[in-house]
This record gives sequence, C-alpha cells and structure tokens, in this order.
Amino acid sequence: MDLIVEGVVKAFWLLVKVDREVVRITLLTLQVSGLATLIAVVVGVPLGTALALSTFRGRQVAVSLVNTGMGLPPVVVGLWVSIVLWRYGPLGFLRLMYTPAAMVIAQSVIATPIVTGFTMAGMGQLDPGVRLQMLSLGASRWQLLWILLREARLSVLAAVIAGFGGVISEIGASMMVGGNVMGQTRILTTATAMEVSRGHFDMAIALSVILLALAYGITFGLTHLQQRGRHV
Amino acid sequence: MSGFTRPPLAPARRRLVLFLVILGIVGTIPGAAAATPTSREVILATTTSTQDSGLLDVLIPMFERKTGYIVKTIAVGTGQALALGARGEADVLLCHAPAAEMELVQSGAATNRKLVMHNDFVIVGPAGDPAGICGLKSAAEAFKKIAAAQAVFVSRGDDSGTHKKEKEIWAKAGVKPAGRWYQEAGAGMGQTLNIASEKEGYTLTDRATYLALKKHLGLKILVQGDGALLNIYHVMQVNPEKFDKVNGPGALAFVDFMVAESTQKIIGSFGVKEYGEPLFFADAGKGENELGR
Repeated sequence: MDLIVEGVVKAFWLLVKVDREVVRITLLTLQVSGLATLIAVVVGVPLGTALALSTFRGRQVAVSLVNTGMGLPPVVVGLWVSIVLWRYGPLGFLRLMYTPAAMVIAQSVIATPIVTGFTMAGMGQLDPGVRLQMLSLGASRWQLLWILLREARLSVLAAVIAGFGGVISEIGASMMVGGNVMGQTRILTTATAMEVSRGHFDMAIALSVILLALAYGITFGLTHLQQRGRHV
Repeated sequence: MSGFTRPPLAPARRRLVLFLVILGIVGTIPGAAAATPTSREVILATTTSTQDSGLLDVLIPMFERKTGYIVKTIAVGTGQALALGARGEADVLLCHAPAAEMELVQSGAATNRKLVMHNDFVIVGPAGDPAGICGLKSAAEAFKKIAAAQAVFVSRGDDSGTHKKEKEIWAKAGVKPAGRWYQEAGAGMGQTLNIASEKEGYTLTDRATYLALKKHLGLKILVQGDGALLNIYHVMQVNPEKFDKVNGPGALAFVDFMVAESTQKIIGSFGVKEYGEPLFFADAGKGENELGR
C-alpha cells in the first residue's frame, strides 16, 4: 500500500518539478508513437478501403493476412526489424539501429495492420446501397471514395485510436530496436521496465502513471473528434 | 445525401488531419537528427548489472564529456552482449563471463581485453533457509544441499554472466538441476530476485543488484566469500580489423577510460554513500588470479 502512495506522490512531484529527463522521455514517447500512427494511417486507411471495396482473386488470403497482422507480437516485429537494421543486415548502411527512427519503423509495422483491419471492417459494413446511389448520381471515383470514408469515419477514428493504443503501450519492439539508451531512445514503457529491474518501484509507478495519463489524454482527444463526428 | 457536389471537409476530419500533421512534424525531428550516421557514436553492449546498479549513469556522462563521443548503452545479458560483439553489432563490451570472453578473444572477434573491476556473487534465500545452507563456506556444497532438499531455486535461465556462473557451480557440485524445484526465470537479475522472493526460493545474485533491491526483498545472504563466487568484469573492444563498420577509435577510447586511474577511483567508491559499502572493487592493472585474496 505504501508503495502505491509513494509512487503516485513521486509521479506528482516529477510532473510538478518538471524533471528534464522525464519530460524528454515523455516527449519522445509521444513523437515516436505519433509518427508511427501517422504512417500507419497513411498506409492503412487506403489499403483497408481498397480491400473492403474491391473483389479480386486471393482477397480472402489478403484479408486473413491483415487480420493476423492485427495481433503481431511486438517482440517478433522487434526481432525482424533488428535483423534488417543491424550494421551487417540488409539495411545496415542506413545506420538506423538504436535510433528513434528504428523505433518508428518497428511501431509502424505493428500499427499498420491494426489500422488497415479496422478500416476494412468499417468500410465493409457500409450499406452497399450508398455506393450504388452515389454512382447513379454521377459521382466520380474519388468523390465516391471520399463519401464512403466520411460515412465510415467512426470506424476510421476507431482505427486510429486502436493503432495509437497498440504502439504507445508496446515495449518488446522498442526495447530491441531502440535499446533503451538514456537521452536517446528511452521511452515510457522501456524506462518503466528498467526502473522495475533496478528496484526503483516508486519511479516505475510514477512513469506508468504518466504513460496512462498520456494514453488517456490522446485517446480522449480522438474520441472527442469521433463522437463530434456523429452529429455533423 | 442529396445535393451532392463537393463534400466540404467535415470539421472533425479537418481537426484530425491537423492533429496528425502536427504529430508528424514533431515526430520527424528526432528521427531525422538521430538517423545521420556518425563515427562519434559508440555502441556499448553490457550486462544489466552495470546499468541496474546505476554505475553507468555516473560513468557514461563523464566519458561523453571527456571525449565528445556519444555512447549508446545496450544493457542486455552477458550472453547477448557477447553475441552482439561476435557479429560486429557493438563497438565495445563490458561483461562478466571470463571464460566466454576468452573464447571471443580467441576467435578474433574481440581484442584489447582489460580487467576493470570485481565484486562477488552471493547465494540468497528465504530467512527460514529450508535447505540449511546458511554460513556454508562452499557454494558447490550449498547447491548440493538445495538440490537434495528439493528447495525452490530460481535460475536466471538467460545465458547471462550470472547464469553461466550458476551453471559452473552446479557442474562443480555434480548436480544436474532439474525438476519442479528448479525454475528458470528467463529474466534479468532484478526480476529474478523478485521472483525468488515471491516464491521463497534460493537464487544466485551479484551483490550489487541484491543491495540495490534489498529493501523490497524477503531474501537474506546465506552463502558468501567462496573464491568460486568472484564476479569479474572486463572491458574489451570488438575487433575493428575483423569488422569494418566497428568504431575502433571510439571503442579504444572507452577501454582506456574504464581503466584510467580517475575512473577507477570513482568505481571503487560507487555506492558507498547509499549502501554503506562499495558495490564494485576497482582492479585495473591487476591479474585475474590476484583477486579475492
């Protein structure tokens, strides 16, 4: 019980005193996961839309692949991204291992199938009648896509929320490709794990409180957008 | 859905786009900055105990200030650190598994290996001591008794330096540990100590990590002082002649820094203030067999 109180008090002080290292860790967490989510949206929303609206041979295989990808274990992604980015790996010349860029890559790999899957499900649920009606009204291909995306905006925002939630809470991949280097690639999840193994449980609790607050804040913002969208 | 011409950008959507763009701009800054290749970077692969004890938090900033190099400390088990070195994926190694390190040097992957410091391993367990090992002088004897009593023993199980040492002691005791009482955590030292404490089991730990975590653990030091329990740390360069992408000058600077007199002084006094005793004994320049006497 003492431990919980100690941890929450410590979190409060870290925030009040604006501990520089903690601020840096928090900002980096936000930047890495934010950018990874952005990449996942740029790739995943069009891909999910295409998969939902098109018919082609092997579509079922592609859809199952995306659905499996939604549960990609972060450590597996971390391992494969490491193998590719290591100095003597295929992309080693880029010198990206143990940088925030490597973490963005790994987290994008994790988030993209999630965003794709949610978008696909949302678009697939739209009434096919809307599509026919639009076409009969003479909508162009792009106008049609735009209307459908607007119709499915609740699902698309859910996709963004799920993708962001998936990467901001992930540790396996970031630990492996980032290395938890102080001042360079340390983010809230990896710092929390490290503080636990150091026996600094109060600090670990403090970091976890910050992480939860951050995740809640962002998700709240996105949910706000989503729910407003309902009445537009 | 009537009156369809050009749909205006819904406010919610516009705000989402704006939000993502801002996140993106903020996000690219560190990524782009850190992606620039530079020979000022030194990758140090090391064991968890040097990081978890806080020693590297003191030494690394000093090294960076002194030399201008930027160190990426990758704290993993010694097994993984040596494996990274063997593949040329790190520049310099700080480990505590002398036999495995010598193999790496002999294979040509590592070079310029120097003794830095030592502390010792201790066998810890519940105060009740169900196997009755308290005060034994021999670690192997203690392990034999634990196995005979089938008392819970939590092993690191991660091929770390501590795990290698533990296997060495089992071999010396002539016991092949197996069965329900022998549990492999597959975790770092801190986590393994927590597990041993929760399960009221025995485990082998380095003294530094134990001292750092002691106040949260229900574990006591039961066996210590056996010569076989020495925990010896060496620093070594990954061989730049074998791996062209290794930062040779940076690694050399780090090795020199670790054995320099001023650094050794800091190592020898590290932890005295917090724990009342030093966590490491500085040994640069000594021979390995002069230790522990």
